[in-house]
Amino acid sequence: MTEQRIYIQGMILNEETRCTLAELCRLCGVSAELVHDMIEEGILSPDGHSPQEWLFTFVAIKRVQTTLRLQQDLRINLPGCALALELLEELEELRRLSRRN
Amino acid sequence: MEYKDYYQILGITRDATQDQIKQAYRKVARKYHPDVSKERDAEAKFKNAGEAYEVLKDPEKRAAYDKFGANWRDGQNFEPPPNWDAGFEFRGAGYTGGDASGFSDFFESLFGHAHTDQQRQHVFKMKGEDQHAKILISLADAYFGAKQTLTLTRPAVDTSGHVKTTPHTLHVVIPQGIIAGQRIRLEGQGLPGYGGSPPGDLFLEVAFQEDRLFHAEKRDIHLTLPIAPWEAALGATLTVPTLGGNVQVKIPPGSQGGKKLRLKGKGLSTGTQRGDQIITLHIVVPEANTEEQRNLYATMAKTMPFNPRSELGI
Repeated sequence: MTEQRIYIQGMILNEETRCTLAELCRLCGVSAELVHDMIEEGILSPDGHSPQEWLFTFVAIKRVQTTLRLQQDLRINLPGCALALELLEELEELRRLSRRN
Repeated sequence: MEYKDYYQILGITRDATQDQIKQAYRKVARKYHPDVSKERDAEAKFKNAGEAYEVLKDPEKRAAYDKFGANWRDGQNFEPPPNWDAGFEFRGAGYTGGDASGFSDFFESLFGHAHTDQQRQHVFKMKGEDQHAKILISLADAYFGAKQTLTLTRPAVDTSGHVKTTPHTLHVVIPQGIIAGQRIRLEGQGLPGYGGSPPGDLFLEVAFQEDRLFHAEKRDIHLTLPIAPWEAALGATLTVPTLGGNVQVKIPPGSQGGKKLRLKGKGLSTGTQRGDQIITLHIVVPEANTEEQRNLYATMAKTMPFNPRSELGI
């Protein structure tokens, strides 16, 4: 007897796919105000001029989620999170380069 | 039940002041935060530190914990003596904060559970928590796309309020052309919601297994190709492995070591994005072991006017 397996097709979160402010808020469970604050701080940089036109790459979801964890677990404020995210990305890049050599 | 040495976990002595405890906790938390640390067991260390701090920051809990004495070692089998908590007031108060889902049996049996009965009588509605996990996939699976069965452990609260970890098996489609660092979001596959609310989502972050031949850089696949000096000098058509199978590649005459050749579309491509395979030539010099072989090199030295160090001015 063979077992019937159902494979789940997930949504790929990459640079190509984009989402609106409402979708970002729903996906991350955050308020639009927090997203605004993150944009002001340079943590997120959506395309588009007004909130209605904003489009976020799905990489933004990861940044929002990491920011939430850093805020909650390490009590880092938003400017601190912005700095931590930048340093973490730089570190990731350096690790990638050093693996190569 | 295993004894937990909360002082050892935070790297402090038993006579540490409350301030020292706070500082030690913050330091360990920053070091092992799962978003920051790349250490294999960072998450477990982070949770242990949270649990240790939960007990030691509270003078009442700390005093009760200290009553067990200093002779216990971390991991040692432990049963609390009867009425060990007589005279302390924290019993039943549960947690004062922090993410309690990963706390140990040791903690729970001493200081209570995350959800008291009183709390659960409220009509309480909340979307389930999102779950995050890393999946290691092979480069071939990323190249062709694949189907994978994963088993994740997830915390679940049973009817008596105990937190247990249960295995959760999932069958997931790995799409063609996924690359390291990208994530797959599986809607509704996170932790169950409370009071009829929807479950959270599961985020799988992709990382690649180490490969003997290839390594990926974003969408490009890199391969170092060893070639003989005459193949480099005269040009050759060589069989080269790619993730999609062997292909024939033309090496132009006069190629130097380090030269890169690009095989378009042989990297991690999707319907809309193209990845290439980048070949770096590595010239391997054969050893001269016999008289005849040494003569060949000597003939080359005589007939080929060549100074590899001309750029150094010598």
